[in-house]
Amino acid sequence: MRYALTAVLSASVAFTGASFAQAADLEVTHWWTSGGEAAAVKILAEQFDKLGGDKWVDGAIGGSGSAARPIIVSRILGGNPMGATQLNHGRQAEELVQAGLMTDLTELAQKEGWADFIRPKSLLDSCTFEGKIYCVPVNIHSWEWMWTNPNVYKEAGLEPPTNWNEFVAVAPKLKEKGITPLATGDGFQVNGIFTVLTAAIGGKELYLKVNKDKDAEAARGPEMKKVLQAFADARSLADPGYVGRSWNEATNMVMTGKAGGQIMGDWAQGEFSTAGKVAGKDYDCLPGLGDHALLDTGGDAFYFPKNSNADVTKAQMKLASMMVSKQTQVAFNLAKGSLPVRGDIDMATANECMKKGIEILKNPDNIIPSTDQLRAPDTQGQVEALAAEFFSNPDMSVEDMQERYAEIVETAQ
Amino acid sequence: MAGNKRPPALFRNLNAKIAAMPMIATVLVVFIGCTVWTVVYSFTSSRSLPMLNFVGFDQYTRLFNASRWNVSVKNIAIYGCLSLVFSIVVGFILAVLMDQKIRFENTFRTIFLYPFALSFIVTGLVWQWILNPLGIEKVVRDMGFESFNMSLLTDRSLVIYAIVIAGLWQGTGLVMALMLAGLRNIDEEIWKAARVDGIPTWKTYVFVIIPMMRPVFVTTLVLIATGIVKLYDLVVAMTNGGPGISSDVPAKYVYDFMFAWANLGQGLAASTVMLTTVLIILIPWAMFEFGGRKAK
Repeated sequence: MRYALTAVLSASVAFTGASFAQAADLEVTHWWTSGGEAAAVKILAEQFDKLGGDKWVDGAIGGSGSAARPIIVSRILGGNPMGATQLNHGRQAEELVQAGLMTDLTELAQKEGWADFIRPKSLLDSCTFEGKIYCVPVNIHSWEWMWTNPNVYKEAGLEPPTNWNEFVAVAPKLKEKGITPLATGDGFQVNGIFTVLTAAIGGKELYLKVNKDKDAEAARGPEMKKVLQAFADARSLADPGYVGRSWNEATNMVMTGKAGGQIMGDWAQGEFSTAGKVAGKDYDCLPGLGDHALLDTGGDAFYFPKNSNADVTKAQMKLASMMVSKQTQVAFNLAKGSLPVRGDIDMATANECMKKGIEILKNPDNIIPSTDQLRAPDTQGQVEALAAEFFSNPDMSVEDMQERYAEIVETAQ
Repeated sequence: MAGNKRPPALFRNLNAKIAAMPMIATVLVVFIGCTVWTVVYSFTSSRSLPMLNFVGFDQYTRLFNASRWNVSVKNIAIYGCLSLVFSIVVGFILAVLMDQKIRFENTFRTIFLYPFALSFIVTGLVWQWILNPLGIEKVVRDMGFESFNMSLLTDRSLVIYAIVIAGLWQGTGLVMALMLAGLRNIDEEIWKAARVDGIPTWKTYVFVIIPMMRPVFVTTLVLIATGIVKLYDLVVAMTNGGPGISSDVPAKYVYDFMFAWANLGQGLAASTVMLTTVLIILIPWAMFEFGGRKAK
């Protein structure tokens, strides 16, 4: 009798234990910490918690992606995986997937038919490895934008620029008024300017030649020289205080009229809208710097590291499915200022700049792959260091830069 | 007799040997083992995961051609020389001044030693704030010196000196404390004897006290030198290697390639070069220091 009672009791304990464990705490790491970004994360967290059961545990890592990525990767490699993590899809997670450290999402993707509604197709392609899907693209971000403050130009008695050449031409007049023509920070931001100039000044053909085909011939050519000349112009338009400045501080300079413009991806738009600024009135956007209207379709994706706990795996699937759902896509992307990955949702509430972006993306010829998708992180690092060196050193000549850039392209993977 | 026979060499001092085993194992596995691993993998083309595909000296060729690496090496040399010389000289002078039986010695000692209680990250941030355009520069300009310019952090040829200053501010207090302890250990009789002989105070310091303080100097030297080799956090907090790459240091190069840019081979090659450099300096010194004694 006593034994039977004990058995029943322990069984019930085991049972309740099991049912408790069904709700999992899912730690999600990301580096979205600026105003607009934080608002977007909050939407994901709220919607996930609303699904019931599981809980979103926020694991924000401050600083930029280059600070957060090593932490994320070493946690996964070190056997202490989080429930889900943001990474830029492309080649950053390539080896983690190869080593079998990521959860396979293929089944879920086929059931929900991701391939039918995710556009452009390249987004899902960069999540695919040997026919299996390992990540969920949540948005499309493109780098090729310039944000300007038209009021700054009007107050100085100038016409607001509509492309890069005009921007450079009127810059000296802004300088006279004590306004920094080009707001930027260092690190990835300088590298971003360089990449954007390659696409906007050099055009699609050059961009693909140097970044995709690793064509050193093109990297030494006259077209590339024009790009580097523009990069040298950018160098002369920034203020010395750019060292250590974060991108949203630079955006803030444009917003408050301390700077004329900034070359930054469309995530900068989240800052403008969080501050209640209106596109076309308080700020202008020039996709492709007003020259070549090309947009890359990089963006953020969520990866789900393999986990020994089956409940966590279940929660991972739930989160993955939620992230591509129509409702989440609309709310999340409006907050973040990015474009949705689904072509079948209504973005009528989008602002003027986002609509420009959606329009450009409708023509597949305007889409270029992002450098994250084309180059290994090692090459990215080399180019970033070179761009940083050039940008900080006014004595470094365009010829020097071109030769060293070509050398990197030659050995790139 | 059997009882008088000495045990075989292996079992002599058995207790001591057993006690030392964990440490010996640690040295073999952690220090030597990992060092060998590092050197071996520096000859491979490993990306984010270690793989044994050997590529000979490719990683080293690339390393020595990388301008970022060369800038790093130059920076660590400047930082090393300056911080070694200045922290010892300034630390010693401070200790001597403190040793003059001054009033409020405790207070001064606390003030000088206080920065050492701060981590390099905090030190770096504090100095970044002091040196950025809204720090000292703005204060002096607000006082009326409109043309005052102090752009240490944004000038690529001066930025490393800003890091030296921050490093000295943080580390000199410790050197002073060590030196002061050394000075206090000097027998009062020596001073009396020197005074009786009419030797000037500075001469007593240079020719009598400093040679007597040799062990203290060696300790200080080792502490400062290890601090120089591992310089990383101060740079990250203060400038993050900027502007551009002008305040980069070898440890940051290694970190970036290993963790951020997924090129393990390149990172390991750089750390192997760091190790070799340290050994080149250390081995002759160790031979001089310990080798000579046996001959006596």
